[in-house]
Amino acid sequence: MRTRFQQQMEELRERLLRMGGLAELAVDRATQAYTERDLTRCQLVLENESLINAAEREIDELAFDILATQQPAAVDLRFILAVTKINADLERVGDQAVNIAERVMDLIELPEVELPVDIPRMASAVSAMVRRSLESFVEGKAELAQAVLEMDHVVDRMRDEAFIVLVRIMNEQPQVTQQALDALLVARNLERVADHATNIAEDVIFWVLGADVRHHAQAASVAPRPEATGT
Amino acid sequence: MGVGITVEHLNAFYGKTQALFDINIAVQANHATALIGPSGCGKSTFIRCLNRMHETIPEARVDGMVRIGEFSVYNGTSATQLRRRVGMVFQKPNPFPTMSIYDNVAAGLKLNGFRNRKQLDEIVQKSLHSSALWDEVKDSLHKKSGASLSGGQQQRLCIARALAVQPEVLLMDEPCSALDPISTGKIEELIFQLKEQYTIVIVTHNMQQAARVAEFTGFFLLGKMIEFDKTEKVFTNPSDKRTEDYVTGRFG
Repeated sequence: MRTRFQQQMEELRERLLRMGGLAELAVDRATQAYTERDLTRCQLVLENESLINAAEREIDELAFDILATQQPAAVDLRFILAVTKINADLERVGDQAVNIAERVMDLIELPEVELPVDIPRMASAVSAMVRRSLESFVEGKAELAQAVLEMDHVVDRMRDEAFIVLVRIMNEQPQVTQQALDALLVARNLERVADHATNIAEDVIFWVLGADVRHHAQAASVAPRPEATGT
Repeated sequence: MGVGITVEHLNAFYGKTQALFDINIAVQANHATALIGPSGCGKSTFIRCLNRMHETIPEARVDGMVRIGEFSVYNGTSATQLRRRVGMVFQKPNPFPTMSIYDNVAAGLKLNGFRNRKQLDEIVQKSLHSSALWDEVKDSLHKKSGASLSGGQQQRLCIARALAVQPEVLLMDEPCSALDPISTGKIEELIFQLKEQYTIVIVTHNMQQAARVAEFTGFFLLGKMIEFDKTEKVFTNPSDKRTEDYVTGRFG
């Protein structure tokens, strides 16, 4: 057993999970801020962005050190590569949460209008994707990650429907163009978060199975590998 | 507990040939420090200057200062006394072939006047535990000779022998070069644990091993210390291009 190596790998895993928690919280706060027109939550999202950015740097540094000093192979190598990619996606999730918060801060300045788009429902679906992609990482289960991939088209459809509705609103009710545009941008930000959750799921599949399923490539199987037998 | 090692302006010679040039280094207590570099760069000469083993070679001499903890290595200290505090393990395992496992470990203690059987038993057991060999040999301590063990076991026996006299520093000159990968892994794991109690300096040709086991790495080239820094730095972003060329395999 390589004690130092295992300790470093565990530290890497824990740091990534903490960062995942921060990113997930940022998205939840931003979308709650939208629903409740809550400026305080917006400000919290903006203030906590620096924590996510710092975490990204620390995780990359640790991954870099492990690669340089421990020569990981096979599943360990795939794990570290997956962590660096998930790290980048989580940082972008944080950025999207900031974008949403900034849009909400604009909206709060404008008169409230009822728009026929269910942003909270979309936000709920996106949050579920982020949460489940991180669960698939915690559990190391490719089938959980695969389920996230299958949710992405639902969110894409929500975004497309929101786009159609909001463009029509902007044409028919130009006096609410700003609110509609902000809502459209929030929908787009949420769809981008979903894409990052998809990326995370793909990276988990790569780590666990060694299969590259990006760009709709299929894994031979996402069923769990049989336990190794032998000496 | 381990102690730090301070080296200042160390030069070493074999007759008229200078092998080390103005080496300055501070080895931290209770850390593992690796010395890497191509063949003939002076790393083994350097390590042997730390416990005056180089004096076994005719016409070898040094000037400069080496301190182990607070005491000076070259200022009137007896070599024997020094080597009690600074143990050494060599590339080729060298247990005393005719002695039993027990007697191998106890040899240094007996030479230092230990006679109390109970104390000897305790120290032998503790040393074999520390070198992760106890479980494999506890039933044959007096029955088997040191030479009857496998290569990896022999090297751990040599480590136990060095630890039995309770040194503060352990020098290891390519301790895994003659061992298979499994035995190498066990020795590397052992180094990781021994750091808690000892200061370790390891010379290795295996850069990846240096990266795995040591917190600090020094790169030697043509008798000079080119770079000495945290291992992560040396292997991710070395300051000197020669270091980078070596660790990336562009030469050496």
